[in-house]
Formats: sequence, C-alpha cells, structure tokens
Amino acid sequence: MKISGSEAIIKCLIEENVDLIYGYPGGAIMPFYDSLYNFQDQINHILVRHEQGATHAAQGYARSSGKIGVVVATSGPGATNLVTGIADAQIDSTPMVCITGQVSSNLLGTDAFQETDIIGITTPVTKWNYQITKASEIPEILSKAFFIARSGRPGPVLIDITKDAQFEMTDFKYKKHKKLKSYNPEPKISKSKIKDAAELINKAKKPFIIFGQGVILSNSEKEFIKLIEKTGIPSAWTILGLSAVSTDHYLNVGMVGMHGNYGPNVLTNKCDLLIAVGMRFDDRVTGNLNKYAKQAKIIHLEIDPAEINKNVKVDVAVLGNLKNTLPLLIQEVKTNKHGNWLKKFREYNSIEYNKVIKKDLFPTKDKITMGEVIHQINEVTNGNAIIVSDVGQHQMIACRYAKFNETKSNITSGGLGTMGFALPAAIGAKMGAPKREVIAIIGDGGFQMTIQELGTIFQTGVPVKIVVLNNDFLGMVRQWQQLFFDKRYSSTEMVNPDFVAIAKGYHIESEKISKRENLKQSIKKMIDSPKPFFMEVVVGKEDNVFPMIPTGESVSNMRLS
Amino acid sequence: MIKKENYTVSIYAENNIGLLNRISAIFLKRHISIDSINSSPSELDQVYRFVIVVCVSKKDIEKIITQIEKQIEVIAAFFHTDQETIFQESALYKVKSKSLFEERHIQNIIKNSHAKIVTVSPEFFVIEKTGFRRRNRKVI
Repeated sequence: MKISGSEAIIKCLIEENVDLIYGYPGGAIMPFYDSLYNFQDQINHILVRHEQGATHAAQGYARSSGKIGVVVATSGPGATNLVTGIADAQIDSTPMVCITGQVSSNLLGTDAFQETDIIGITTPVTKWNYQITKASEIPEILSKAFFIARSGRPGPVLIDITKDAQFEMTDFKYKKHKKLKSYNPEPKISKSKIKDAAELINKAKKPFIIFGQGVILSNSEKEFIKLIEKTGIPSAWTILGLSAVSTDHYLNVGMVGMHGNYGPNVLTNKCDLLIAVGMRFDDRVTGNLNKYAKQAKIIHLEIDPAEINKNVKVDVAVLGNLKNTLPLLIQEVKTNKHGNWLKKFREYNSIEYNKVIKKDLFPTKDKITMGEVIHQINEVTNGNAIIVSDVGQHQMIACRYAKFNETKSNITSGGLGTMGFALPAAIGAKMGAPKREVIAIIGDGGFQMTIQELGTIFQTGVPVKIVVLNNDFLGMVRQWQQLFFDKRYSSTEMVNPDFVAIAKGYHIESEKISKRENLKQSIKKMIDSPKPFFMEVVVGKEDNVFPMIPTGESVSNMRLS
Repeated sequence: MIKKENYTVSIYAENNIGLLNRISAIFLKRHISIDSINSSPSELDQVYRFVIVVCVSKKDIEKIITQIEKQIEVIAAFFHTDQETIFQESALYKVKSKSLFEERHIQNIIKNSHAKIVTVSPEFFVIEKTGFRRRNRKVI
C-alpha cells in the first residue's frame, strides 16, 4: 500500500523510536503536520515559541537522555532560525536530526515564497545534510540521517524535504543503517598504541588526566573511573566533561580552562604526562599553545582522527571509541598511587579556596553572590539535580561550584557559547529525564534572548526550575571591559523589565530575592514545588569571576584576582 | 614566517549535490583561496574525484585533509607537493586556414614544437600540443 511522503517521515521517526519532537509549523511543512495529526498518540510534538528554542530543547533532551533530539521546522525563516542551535550541536557533538520543509521542487532556485538554500546555509555546521525531492527517498535518507547523527562522534544532521515530496505517494520499507561505504565512524583500534600509552602511564611520576564529553557520549563513565582508580591519576574535567565523574571523587581535581580551578591549570605545566580523554584542546582550555604542557609527554584518546594534532601535538594517539579503548588500556596499566603528586593539587586548591572560593560561597558583604546561590542549591538538592546553565559569568560560577553525583547532569553551551541556550535546553532536559530535578541557571541577558519559551513551559506544564541571576549587566563582557578595556562599559548595562511580572503573565509561580536571609527558604520552596517555578536573584552588580587566564596567556599565569 | 607551498589535493568521494560546497567550505573556514579545482568521474564506478590546488603550509594541509576525510561521502583524500606531481596540459590552438599559406613561419612552429594537427576545415584548423605549461605557452 502506498502512503504519502509526509506519513513516511512519521513512520521513519517511529521506526527510530522517536516519541518526542520539537517544532513549529509553517507553509512548506504543512503536509507533515497534517499527517502528524493522526499519530498524536505515538509522537508528542512540543510546540515551541521560536525555532531556535526547538533546537536547544532538542539538545537538552539529547544531553540528558543520550537519545537523538528531533526538530521540525518550515522552510525559509523557520529553517534559518535553526542555524544557531545546529551550530551549537555541531561544536558540542550533540546528536540531532532536523527536518525542514522546502518549497516544491519545481520552484527550487526561483526565489519562491519562503525559499532559502538551507542546505547551503547549514553545510559548514552540520555533520551531514541532504535535500529530498522524491517521496521514495524518504526512508533511505532518514535512516541514514539517524545513523550518522548518533554514530562515531555525534552531531547534527539536517534533512530538507520539498513540499511535493511530502504529498507524493510512495511504498514504505524501512531498513536501519548500520554502516555506510564512505563513512568510518569508529577508527580501528591499534593494540600497539594502547601498549605505547600504557608504557608512558606506567613510567610517569606526575601523570595528569583531562577528560571531556567523550566519556559521557560513549557511556564509558564506569570504565573511565576504573582507569583513574587503578592508576591513581589526578583527573580534571573540561566544561563538557563535568559530571562524568562525581564532583566529590577523591581523584577529581576540578576544572581546567579559562575560569577553571587553579591547581589543574597551573599543574598542566608541571606534569610529566598529560592524558587527554575524549576532549579536543579547545583554546579556552589551553590558553597560549606555545606555553602549553611543553614539558610533558602527551597521550590523546579520541574517536575523531581530525582532532589529533589539531591544536596540540601529541606523542601517542589512541584512536577509537572510549568504550573499547579504555578497557584495553586498563588491562595494560599498573596499579599505582600518586599521593604526593595528588597532594600538590590539594595545596593549590587551598590557595584558591582562601583567595577566591571562600569569598564566593560565604560572602561577608551585603549583596548576594552568584556563588552562594549555587552553593545553596547544592545544599538543597544534595548534588542530584541536572543543572542547565546559559553563557556568561553565572555559567562559569555554576560549573565551578555545582555538585554532581550523576553523569549527564551538566548541560551547557560549551563550544559555541550560545546565550539563550539554557531556558529551552532545560525544557528538553526535563523531558529527557522526567524523574530528575532540572534547574536552569541563567543571566539577565541570556534569559531575554529566548524568554518566549516561558510560553512553551506554560503550555506543556513541564516542571523546570528557573533561576535568573540578575546583575543588570552583561556581566562577563563587563568584566572584560573592566579588566582589559579601562572600565569603558560600552553597551553592557541593561535596563531590565520586571521578570517576576513576566513569569506571572505566563502563570508561572515566581519570586524575587534580594536578601540573603530569604535565599535558602526560597530555593527549598522552588525545589519542593511540583510545578514550573521562576526565581530571580538580585546579585552584586560588578562581581567578577576568578580565577582567570587572560586570553593569550599561559595556563601557568592564572590570575586569582 | 611559516613556509607556504603549492599542494595538490585529490579527493575520492561518492557523488552528492552538496559535496563540492562542503569541501570548499573547509578551505573558506580557514580563509584559504583555491587556486584551481576540478571534478570528474574516477577510474572506479560511482566514485568521483576532486582535484584542488592550494597554497598553504604543511601543517595546515595536514589538518585540512583530516577534516575533508571526515565528511560523510568522502572515501579518501591525499595531498602532494609540486615535486611529487607531474603536471602536463594539453593545449588546442585554433588558427585561420588562410594564414597557414600566407605565413610560412606557422608551419615551422608546428614542425619545431612537434604539435599535431587535429582537424582541418576551409576556414580554420586546430593544432594540439601536450606538455609542460611553459613549453605550451611558447607556441603562442
């Protein structure tokens, strides 16, 4: 029996076990939405308020559940509104499939109403994209899209489907892809490289591990913890590696990077062996590359061959999926303890504690600090919540101080630094992990970039908790203006609306806190609420995030004030 | 100064309408201009070849190759320096038939450069010369 192309799209989604999609209808995707009407019991469609919100929600869903996020939008502006979210998913390796409607194939290239070349536009920011003009292509291409999005190093895929292909009748036969001729998602593992790596690890006196999101994406948290516990190697995380190992694990020594912890940054330039596990040496991690870990041998465990020697020249590259390479490495390494070396990290940590952390978490001045808000949230949730952070000062503070017991608990825009990410991503994160508490930490700037998604929260009732840390400034840019541009605060001060009134307009219970004595009580109330909850906390206007590695400086030159 | 030189990149790939765009985007992203580009079917069925010439550093071309190979439809990509490649071109010259009789030196040029006559008509004739670009230019 023949079915329409649009029904075929839905059948493909069902074959891929998709039961939740984010989207926004429009002209060129109307046949799809019409077919969807018949499948509402099988596929839950979340109507967002802006297509960008759909992409971030899909990202949040993918990051908290480990499944593929699916987005649907119309042609033209609907499709172009996806671009930021797609770029974010590409740089943060998030599996996502976007389906866009396109004008009928006979109109392609004629500047038809709501026509854009979305294939051309998204080419540099997708893992793969394809335009379908015939209904018969739908099963084959969508199966390929899901396979590519999830396999190897995951990423976003965009499939553009012309309106006539959605109407056209076709036979439906679905076959899941397991391989593609020209695509090699997981490079072959070289046993000799594993041996070389183990030899370096066994010989090292001061080894140091930096782990990234690769550990989470490959579901190898257990294997990774086994490796570090066997070898006794101090391990630090990149911002996207956060929560792969619980924050209170005795070998977890903190965060590397621009606003990371003092010890792991400075000691990067003192270790004799640096082991990078599922991370990509981003410039926010390495600072000045000419002064980065020059004294150390470097091992890189990585799934993507294009990341090897891209930024940092390595001595041993162990290619492959961590799920397979880590167990092989564990077999080859010797049991070890690096007590004195680990103590070094503790020493640096106590310097940082006295000069920075104490002031952040237990301030004596009257204004509330961002750090104490995160600290109070930890106290109430015991580190069991998913924290979704936006981009800026509050993000760095959240990632520095939030406690995590479980993996897939830290969701933030790392590589692209997309303001406006957190609110929609929190919606997706809660839907991907409905049993878990999800708290969005957002600045006053980022909140207003996707504030319309309060409407999605209202309509769906998804019980996310929203904390806006309001300093009436674009805080991180202001901090840079203070430190590097002679305090010339060019366009960073914000005159903000009454956020509580806005949240109330969407019938979301809300509170504004400006006094310390009310903070903990309100956080408790927020967490105890079974419904969405909005909380605005007024924080110090000109607080800064420290420590900090200024751009172009070496990790050794981290500033504490 | 980082030493830049010419590299000939050969890419073998399955055909897809957007692939050329995807490959050129990798050069665009690094602000590298493409000196020449050529796409054609290869010796293998269903496999296409792109040949791209760029002037970059060795470090850059190594990274670019891995980023090209990462693209889904790309089967393999290689790069070669000018020393490692042999470049010959085949040039065709269209000449008025009348001038062959009126200007004697044209006959000499054809003879001396070992060019071949491909086609002759009452109005014009075409001669062909294959070899290094420098020598081909000399014919003119």
